[in-house]
Amino acid sequence: MTTTAQRLLVVENLSVSLPAARGEVRVVDRVSLSLERGRTLALVGESGSGKSMLCRAIMGLLPGGARRTGSGRVVFAGRDLGALLERELNRIRGREIGVVLQDPLSSLNPVLTIGRQIAETLRYHLGFSSARARERSIELLRAVGIPRPEERLACHPHQLSGGMRQRVAIAMALSCDPQLLITDEPTTALDVTIQAEILNLLGRLQKERNMAMILVTHDLWVAAGMAHDTAVMYAGRIVEQAPTGELFARMRMPYTKALFDAIPRVDDPPHTNLKAIGGTPPDLAALPPGCRFAPRCPRVQTRCRAEEPPLVANDREDHRYACWFPYPSEDSP
Amino acid sequence: MSDRSLQQNEPLLRVIDLLVEFPAVRGQKVHAVSGVNFSLARGETLGLVGESGCGKSSLARAIMQLPRPTSGRVILDGEDLTTVDPVRLRILRSRFQMIFQDPVASFNPFRSVGESIGAPLRTLWGVDEDERTRRVREMMEAVGLDSDQYYRRRPFQLSGGQCQRAGIARALMTEPRLLVCDEPVSSLDVSVQAQIINLLREVKGRYGLSMLFISHDLGVVRNISDRVAVMYLGRLCEVAPCAALYAAPVHPYTNALLAAIPRPDPERPLPEGGFLPGELPSAIEPPSGCRFRTRCPRAQASCSEVQPELREIAPGHLVACHYPLLFGS
Amino acid sequence: MGRKRGAAFWLPLAWITFVVLCAISASWLPVPSPDQIDWDNLAVKPGVAGHLLGTDTLGRDIASRLLFGARVSLIVGFLAPCIGLVLGCFAGVIAGFYRGLAEKLIVGAIDTFLAFPRLVFLLVFIFVLGASLSNLTIALGILTAPSFARVARANTIRFAGREFVLAAKAIGAGDVAIILREILPNVLAPMLVYMLLVMGFVIVAEGGLGFLGLSVPSPTPSWGGMIAEGREALDETPHVSMIPTAVMFLTVLSVNLIGDRLRGQVDGRESQL
Repeated sequence: MTTTAQRLLVVENLSVSLPAARGEVRVVDRVSLSLERGRTLALVGESGSGKSMLCRAIMGLLPGGARRTGSGRVVFAGRDLGALLERELNRIRGREIGVVLQDPLSSLNPVLTIGRQIAETLRYHLGFSSARARERSIELLRAVGIPRPEERLACHPHQLSGGMRQRVAIAMALSCDPQLLITDEPTTALDVTIQAEILNLLGRLQKERNMAMILVTHDLWVAAGMAHDTAVMYAGRIVEQAPTGELFARMRMPYTKALFDAIPRVDDPPHTNLKAIGGTPPDLAALPPGCRFAPRCPRVQTRCRAEEPPLVANDREDHRYACWFPYPSEDSP
Repeated sequence: MSDRSLQQNEPLLRVIDLLVEFPAVRGQKVHAVSGVNFSLARGETLGLVGESGCGKSSLARAIMQLPRPTSGRVILDGEDLTTVDPVRLRILRSRFQMIFQDPVASFNPFRSVGESIGAPLRTLWGVDEDERTRRVREMMEAVGLDSDQYYRRRPFQLSGGQCQRAGIARALMTEPRLLVCDEPVSSLDVSVQAQIINLLREVKGRYGLSMLFISHDLGVVRNISDRVAVMYLGRLCEVAPCAALYAAPVHPYTNALLAAIPRPDPERPLPEGGFLPGELPSAIEPPSGCRFRTRCPRAQASCSEVQPELREIAPGHLVACHYPLLFGS
Repeated sequence: MGRKRGAAFWLPLAWITFVVLCAISASWLPVPSPDQIDWDNLAVKPGVAGHLLGTDTLGRDIASRLLFGARVSLIVGFLAPCIGLVLGCFAGVIAGFYRGLAEKLIVGAIDTFLAFPRLVFLLVFIFVLGASLSNLTIALGILTAPSFARVARANTIRFAGREFVLAAKAIGAGDVAIILREILPNVLAPMLVYMLLVMGFVIVAEGGLGFLGLSVPSPTPSWGGMIAEGREALDETPHVSMIPTAVMFLTVLSVNLIGDRLRGQVDGRESQL
């Protein structure tokens, strides 16, 4: 990549543990990634893959009981977030890192008008006066495509539709011009037409503002349409990561391919039998010794059950995967 | 009843002028389903697509008589479910069963999964316990659940996919002819979703079922359906054979829905601007005439005056639109 | 499921078990009869003249009276919430399941009842029917029914909307079967936990009534009665009142602690669904 582009976010060897019946389970296991300004990284995985927990660990907002383990680091704009005080972290969250969650109803305060909520962020982080905050709120709502923003300021969250609420949540996340926007399943709760609009909006804003963006999604196709890079997670680990085009052209890790094949496609003829992944997602408390996907993998060999494959780049520097017996590097169909 | 061959040609299910209304605040009414007509042939799967709030779940429940619809007829095997007496309806219930959206919540947390699967046999037919256990175990194996391992488990000890398998087993216990599936895979992970869709397709063939498959996911619906019906704000917009509908949607709403599906092409981003301008109107005061007109790019003055009815524009292809996107245009 | 309960659960449980065992075995324990008056030792301090916890102003053994009084407190404390639970559950489940007119009527009745001063109700009830253990229990049971009904109604509404109830309807289960088989078992768990909290309230209420002389008539000992009897000489012989007060305090606290802990578990299991 370009030498001038400074890496905005570097995550090294990050692990997160949750308490379980016996001891702890690692829900995020030795994850490393980096992100430059102006680029979008999609984190794709099924439930329990650790993708949301990874984001929360990056923001320093782990839920009760969860804690970071090991020697991992999160470096944002040159600062090690793990070394900062909670007070300093609060200044960064909301101001330099914006967050959009799956369900805006739970992230917006139901008893306050949306105008008040946006204005409070502006006043807290940027010290705006009320008049200036109001003016800026209207600008923001307009930027996220909310018609008649002046009137909407007086609305409570429940008076808006799901799509509108998500727009408000995006406006709030953008209020302080963050350098990094973390979006956790931002469209999962929305209908398909609204989903497309919100994704469009996020893509446009990311480009206009040259933000870095992390998009957490379970939908490979959403990642395909949105992200420069895609990382696929399975059972707490990144199992494959590459520029999105490269990833979709040459899926090396069998899990990625299996996940892709399991999605019913609108281009397939009706009644095509879906290539389902056999078995069930792994129990994090009882992981197999070797590769975590081995019990469900169509290409499994003896070695897979004994040794865990590392996440490494082999023939292309920007394409990392964790597999002993990957699909060959010719274009996959 | 007398002419068996005639009965075979009759559709399994006919829904005629179905109307579902709920009371809302201040004496108003929610028009959840407003005059829906369709039929379902034996062995056919009809996909029902629409966005949240379009009334597809209300339609499913009205067909299940849970509760009975406000008006209209639901004719299953020649008998009108909306008018038969409660005793007869109870007997008929063995013929139409339902699969639910949240598989875990569709089981009583206080009972073992095996017991819940056998409940239809007990309630509808009074089958004794030994026989019930035997048949439940058989059915559990048929849907890919190890009965030794899972019979005694509670629903919250199963994964979502396993619970949905159990849900399918329960629905199949009474050998129904019609299976109403209300978003059966939307709460499941992609890899599990594919297993369940394949299973549904398999049991449909094995037990000779007809299915009404409700989903908001157009990819899933395309995969499993023979025909697809598109619903918007309580009314059907378009009904067509699966391939035709996806290849050449005729109703502007269907077109917008299909255009909004994310496609794996980062170089060609999604089209700019809204797919559907504005918001879904309230089902308490739906727009006059065509209900889609407030968001339709092709709407004309007449759309607000005359309500378009479903009409056939090609064999088996019905559309309710005054200005459809005709082939080639 | 196998979460640690900790000392805040086991200590209260041990205390309650101790109290219950004492109440059951009171007749066989080597203590004087609760009405036996020791004229030589009126209101003596604990440990004097073989009276483990001393005597009250009439010279009766406090330890003995506590043991026998525990029977009253426990019988009232257990049976009254049971009555309340049955009445409240019935009304609450009907209201929550059928909604509509039945709900309006039942909720109206609950609100009316709760607005009525409780003490006045108890006074009138016991004044008219007479002070006895059974009347006291019934009166307190009726008194707790409305709050049980509220809990039952809220939980019924919550569970009646679940898909498993719809699934039962889809196989033609009747209302009675749905209420008994699907809803009641689910509603009962939070109700039983709530019952523990109500037990605490009822034991305290018995004490209050005893203070007003409306609890079981003397000479039957009750904790409330004992506290009341000691109030005359509170400045000179505080232990006569304070010992039963402490026992009641510990018992009610224990019941509440256990209830809170169990409620956490019921809620925790619920959130897994």
